Order: sequence, then C-alpha cells, then structure tokens
Amino acid sequence: MALGFFSRLKEGLTRSTQKLTEGITAVFKKRTLDDAALEELEDILITADLGTDVAARIIANFRRTRFGREVTDDEIKTALAEEIAAILAPVAQPLEINRALKPHVVLVVGVNGTGKTTTIGKLALQYREQGLKPVLVAGDTFRAAAVEQLQIWGERTGAPVISAAANADSAGLAFDGLTRARAENADVLLIDTAGRLHNKSALMEELRKIIRVLKKQDETAPHSILLVLDATTGQNAIQQVGVFKDMVDITGLVVTKLDGSARGGIVVALAEAYGLPVHAVGVGEKAADLRPFDPMDYARGLVGT
Amino acid sequence: MFEALTGKLTGVFDRLRTRGRLSETDVLEALREVRLALLDADVALPVVRDFITKVRERAVGQEVIDSVSPGQQVVKIVNDVLIEALGGAGVVPLNLNAAAPVPVLMVGLQGSGKTTTSGKLALRLLKRERKKVLLASLDTQRPAAQLQLETLAKQAGVGSLPIIPGQTPLQIAARAMETGRREVYDVVILDTAGRLSIDEALMAEVKAIRDATNPADTLLVVDAMTGQDAVNTAKAFNDALGVTGIVLTRMDGDARGGAALSMRSITGAPIKFSGSGEKLDALEEFHPERVAGRILGQGDVVGLVERAAEIVDEEEAEKLAKKMAKGTFDLDDFAAQLKQLNKMGSIQSIIGMLPGAGKIQAALEASGKSNLDQKMLKRQQAIISSMTSGERKNPDMIKASRKKRIATGSGVTVQDVNKLLKQFDDMTTMMKRMNKLGQKGLMRQGLGALLPQGKRPF
Repeated sequence: MALGFFSRLKEGLTRSTQKLTEGITAVFKKRTLDDAALEELEDILITADLGTDVAARIIANFRRTRFGREVTDDEIKTALAEEIAAILAPVAQPLEINRALKPHVVLVVGVNGTGKTTTIGKLALQYREQGLKPVLVAGDTFRAAAVEQLQIWGERTGAPVISAAANADSAGLAFDGLTRARAENADVLLIDTAGRLHNKSALMEELRKIIRVLKKQDETAPHSILLVLDATTGQNAIQQVGVFKDMVDITGLVVTKLDGSARGGIVVALAEAYGLPVHAVGVGEKAADLRPFDPMDYARGLVGT
Repeated sequence: MFEALTGKLTGVFDRLRTRGRLSETDVLEALREVRLALLDADVALPVVRDFITKVRERAVGQEVIDSVSPGQQVVKIVNDVLIEALGGAGVVPLNLNAAAPVPVLMVGLQGSGKTTTSGKLALRLLKRERKKVLLASLDTQRPAAQLQLETLAKQAGVGSLPIIPGQTPLQIAARAMETGRREVYDVVILDTAGRLSIDEALMAEVKAIRDATNPADTLLVVDAMTGQDAVNTAKAFNDALGVTGIVLTRMDGDARGGAALSMRSITGAPIKFSGSGEKLDALEEFHPERVAGRILGQGDVVGLVERAAEIVDEEEAEKLAKKMAKGTFDLDDFAAQLKQLNKMGSIQSIIGMLPGAGKIQAALEASGKSNLDQKMLKRQQAIISSMTSGERKNPDMIKASRKKRIATGSGVTVQDVNKLLKQFDDMTTMMKRMNKLGQKGLMRQGLGALLPQGKRPF
C-alpha cells in the first residue's frame, strides 16, 4: 500500500495544480515583484478557488515581505507552499477509530452528489484491511437505488449492510443499525445518509433526529460526524460547512474528487474559516484512493514543487 | 444566510444611489466591487474580466455621466450585460428536430446530477410534450447506477432499457437506439457515467458514444455550486463533444449560480434547464433574465408566480381574491391560504424568489424568526381548526377564555394564538393597503410597497 501512495496522491494533485503551476511559471520568470505581478499572482490563487479573502491575505503577506524583490519561480512556489501548508497543518488530523467503543459510530453527511456512499465503501474496505469489523447502514432511503449502491459495497467488503424499504425512516434505521452493530460486536458503524442541501431546514432537522435517536442507545454516539465535500465546490462550500457545523456539529471533513482538473483551494479557505479537521482526501475511484490528508504534500502538489 | 452576490451588489448600488452624479472613478470603484462579488459568487475569473470590460465600456462615458439617475443607469447596464452573458432573454428548448427516436446525451462530472436530471427530463417530455421516452443508463462505473435510472423511469412512467450486465456503454447505447426504433420511441435519453474531464480514456469513450448515436442535444449537467473549475470542465467537455446545452442543477441551494455565467460564456451553449429540487417535477426552463434578476437582488417574481399558478387551485384563488377585494377575508380563508402555502414548498425557497430577499432573510435572522418552516404552518392550521366557525368568521370575538380553549385544543400556548391573530390582523391591513394601491401600483412599486418600511433594493 505504501508503494504508489505518494506518486498516486501527487499524480492526482499534480493534474489539479498544473494550471496553477503553469500560471505561476509564466508570471515569475525572475522578475520584480511589483503591483502588477502581485495582482497576477492573486488572480492565480483565485482561479484555484482559494477565494478572494484568502488570496488577498496571502498576497498582503507577500507584499510586506517581498515587495520589489527580484524573484524566481522557485522562490514563489516554495513561499506559497509554506504559506498554504501553515494554514492547513492544524487541520490535518486522521480519523482515529476508537476500538474500545464497539462500535465507533460514524455518521456521514453532505449535500447531494458529493460522494458519501462511495466514501463509506472506501472506508469500510480500509477498516476491513486493518482488521476492524465494520457494519454499514444504508441510511439514504430517499434516492433511487442508493441502498443497492451501498449493498454492492457491502458485498465487496464483506461488511453487513443494514437496510430498509424505500422512504423508510432513516433515524429508525440508524437505531436498528446500532443495535445490530452492538449485537455483532462490530468495531465501526458507518451510517450513510441521503444528500441534502444545507438550506433545507426540514432535511437538516431530519439529520438531528438521527443523532437524537442514536443517543438513546449510546449517549456518546455518533462519535464522528463526517461532512463529505466535493472539491469542485466553489465558495458556497463556506456556507455549506458553516450550516452543517451549526446544525449537526460535524467533527471533520472528507474532501472528494481531488483528482479532477482544478480545485482544492477551497480547503484552504475552509481551514481558515472553521479549522475543522480534514480527515481524508479522495484522489480516485478505487478504495485505496481515499488518502490521509497531508498538508505539506497537498501544498507542494498545489504549487508544483 | 449569506446571500453572496445579491447582498454585495445591493450594497454597492445602495452607495451609488446615494450620490447624484457619477464620475468615472465612481463607476470604476463600483466595478471593482462587482468584480469581487462575482468572484465570490464563483463566476470564473476570465469570465469576470470579460464581464467587467463590457460593463465598463458601456458605463463610462456619456450614457452614464449625463443621465438623470446614474446609479440606476449602472444597475441597468450591469443587469443587461448579465442577461446577455447568461444567454439573452427567453428560453431555448430541447432540440427535438431529428428523426425519431431523437437521441439526447447526458454528460458531466460525477455527482453533478445526470441521472436525476435524466429522470426529470423524461417526465417533462412525457407530460408537456406527450413524447414516448426511453431512458437508458450507460453508467457501468458506479454501483447500482443503472438500477437508479430504472427506478426513476418507473416513477416517471416512461420506458427503461432492460439492464443486461456485462455490456459496455457503447453496446448499451447501440441497443438503446435499436430498441428506440423497434418500439417506436420519440426520444431516447442516454445517461452516461460521471467522468473527470481529464480522464482521457473515459472522454474517448463518451466521444465514441456520441459518434455512434449522433445526439440531437448533448447536455452538460453542472452543479450550481461549482467553483472556478467550471471553466476547465466546460472547456474540456465542449472541446471533446461539442456541448449543445447546459443543465444547471441544485439551483434550490443558496449558491448564486456563478457557474451559470461561466459555463454559458465558455461553451457558448444555452442553459436549457435548471434543477431546483429532489422531486422528479423539479426541472424548470432556464430564464436568463430571471436568474440575472435573482443575482442582482431583484428577485424571481415571475418564477414565484409561475410556481404558485401550478400549485394553487385557480378557482380557490379567484374566490380568495374576491374576498380580499371586498374585505371579507376571514380566518377560514386564511386557513385555506396556509394550506396552499404548505403545498408551495419551504418558505425559505419562496422568500428566495422575492425582491431584496437577502435583506428580508437577514432581517428575519436578526429578529430570530428564521425558523419559518412547514411546522409553523401546520401549527397555525391546527390553531384555526380549534376555533368554532363563528370565531373564524368574526375573529374579533376571540377574547381571553376563548383563546385559552383554542390553545388547549390545538396544543399550543395562548401566545401562539395571539401571534396568529396578530398575523391575520397584519394581513388584512396589508390587503387593504394593496387594494388602495391597485394592481398597477403593486406592479410598479413591487412587493416592497407592502412592507412597513418598504425599502426596495433598487
């Protein structure tokens, strides 16, 4: 597993950052860091989805320390990587499964189409490889065939999948899942939920109900609430994470689809805004493509050093 | 709620309005803020640049500086350029000008909403155009994706291509077209697997599918929350396939749709539909002028009216309107209205369509009344149900002991009953004001005229 880890992550991130890298290289072939250069650099950060605020802050730092200097590509890249890594470092915290909990209950939430079910499948496979016993709850009782999608992951991983009929109450299902996981002495209970837009209060209330019901069996459950975030999301991610955090007290993020054409910048903005742990990043479709979040690699990949 | 673009532009133009004449510097300052606001609303940078250039060209100079109300003029120019950039006024329908069965190809990134949109489109074609539609899933990548489309086809009441495990997407496409011909379908919707624009193998595959089926429309399905990457995605799919239409999904979220501007500008293809909910009928024609209005804080009043027209019982509405005009609107009518409101969907999405929604929502939040939800409507209906018919006709007779009885009957507090009565009272006052204004006044002054300190965004 170690082999190919960095190359895969780098490959995924390199693609995304090629544009950023090209842009920086084009701008800074040893030239004076003047207003025009800084503005171009700021634009490059903006096109990477860092957002205007974060980009402006980073550029302000550059202005303070490097204004008027003759700079090369390398200096800029290194400085930028350091800057970004410094922002990301505090949020790089892997999701630790507490084996004593039996089960450690993980509730997975997010807006539609971010990759919740796929992430659960990948996590289940990884836990299985670590010798843990996962149980899955197909809590998306709304979307057509979402249950079947998780069941296929269950077959792939050999993990039991608790499911109910379409449109069944997801809170009741989560409760049954916890009962079953306890009875089977499982280590991890991964609960899938239907995708929901953060501005739909009734649907957010439904998530709170799932949590309330879980607490009836185990006051400390759910032990982790993961928000799965699509890396192609723009600035709306700030609102998205903010509302989910307020409503259901999410404990960490998983950022998916980082193997696409350009993105990741929003993670920097999120780290600044909320400081929520980023547990893992998805850089591909295979189970092994769900990787721990490493800020320095991420930052290096982002600026292409 | 953070009303990204609306709030910012309203702020910018509020400031413009307060000055009499505009200098070039004023325009440039405003445009700097417009630029930031557009970027924060996820409009891609190159698109923002073009946009700003166009506005500046029109704004700076005679047109603005000599005009009577320069602020209004800038607002109008920004609005005009925005509508143009979004595709001009009017709707571009699905292209069905081909020999039946007409193939429609759905493409996009993973999780953008292709499958759900396919189902919605099928239902729309069936209901509005009376077409016989076949849904075919070419998604052999994601587990159970084919099953998902089959389920949606059942819900929509349209045909679904039988699933044969082990077939390649290209084989499925051929089989779909063949089935479409044999069973005389009008339209065949080909739903493909989500793919990254940089995945060369999968892009080549979808190209082969396009070449084999020659679709009348190739629709790129895009999440309205997409950030700057919209440019890359749009460009890659357009270069590879020649996108002929865009579907913007999750417009019911609070992302202000900067991606719409980016996608439209990069591909040149019209945005044909927007998805605005999880139900199968939540697919609407894309109206550039309305979305521009929504972005600029003018609200999507037309959309609101249309939505209401679809749901509200016309006869019932007619009756209510007459009563309102006569001033004989009572609590029974109020209850009927609550019921219809209930059917229209969440209050928040309705408020989102109103002019100056950002301000209204901010005000609601500040006053702690943001939990305007379905629950509250139900509670109010319960309160009215606990009244006698005499009380409903003549609410003035409801005094302390009656209030106590009603509260007990509906399981609420006396305060809740008071609140409802106060609301009813406000409403009748508002109606009286509305009658005074007349319909023309309402059109001219907008809904803001009805609000106590009615300050309009423009």
